[in-house]
Amino acid sequence: MSDVKKFLYVNRRAPYGTIYALESLEVVLIGAAFEQDVALAFVDDGVFQLTKGQNTDGIGVKNFSPTFRALGDYDVQKLFVERESLEERGLSEDDLIEVVYEDEDDDWEEKPAIHVVSRAEISDVMAGADVVLSF
Amino acid sequence: MKIGILVSEGPYTHQAADSAYKFVSAALAAGHEVPRVFFYHDGVNVATRLSVPPQDERHIQQQWTALAKEHGVDLVVCIAAAQRRGMLDANEAERQGKDANNIADGFRISGLGQLIEMGIQTDRLVTFGD
Repeated sequence: MSDVKKFLYVNRRAPYGTIYALESLEVVLIGAAFEQDVALAFVDDGVFQLTKGQNTDGIGVKNFSPTFRALGDYDVQKLFVERESLEERGLSEDDLIEVVYEDEDDDWEEKPAIHVVSRAEISDVMAGADVVLSF
Repeated sequence: MKIGILVSEGPYTHQAADSAYKFVSAALAAGHEVPRVFFYHDGVNVATRLSVPPQDERHIQQQWTALAKEHGVDLVVCIAAAQRRGMLDANEAERQGKDANNIADGFRISGLGQLIEMGIQTDRLVTFGD
């Protein structure tokens, strides 16, 4: 296998209503085994994917939001959430679930994987990625 | 240049599979390599050999099958997305106890690892979707 590439998964859609969010997460989980540099971006309605207290009982669809919390165990350490998208939807960082990873370079200390960043910073993350997969 | 292609919307409903086909044809004609096309989400439906569009319409699956035969492009259908949507090859049909299969010549079913591998091994990954 060649050099490590920067993979960026861009999540733009709400978690339910369409299958994109779930099938995006399935790619992320498989991709984690390939030891690439992985980051996720959540923009537009994609920010709803990380909200707390999701309950899908009424729609007959599996609630897959707990799986995001496992991403740290897959060594996925960078979940960038666009601040403007949160604000436009009346959300803040407090509405989001916690995702942590253990930092092997810092005595396995637990650190937050979710970073709320500006639209301009999301733009920089996209520009710096080698492979962008958009869902 | 080595170009990998991701098709993530279904045929006829969406232009993604048509645009991808035209892009791949043009890229090959221009001397680029397209080692693999990966079909995901409803894009897996491109691979059904049971599609019967009206005769005066393009046949999307047959276009891709011909392209694969002529240029050796590896057409990969995501197994997880395919199984949800009733797309099975002969092996999977037998394994799942189903009485039919529907994957066209030139396509093969495999895992999402093939998408990641394509991203690693190509110079560009181009997505056709929504």
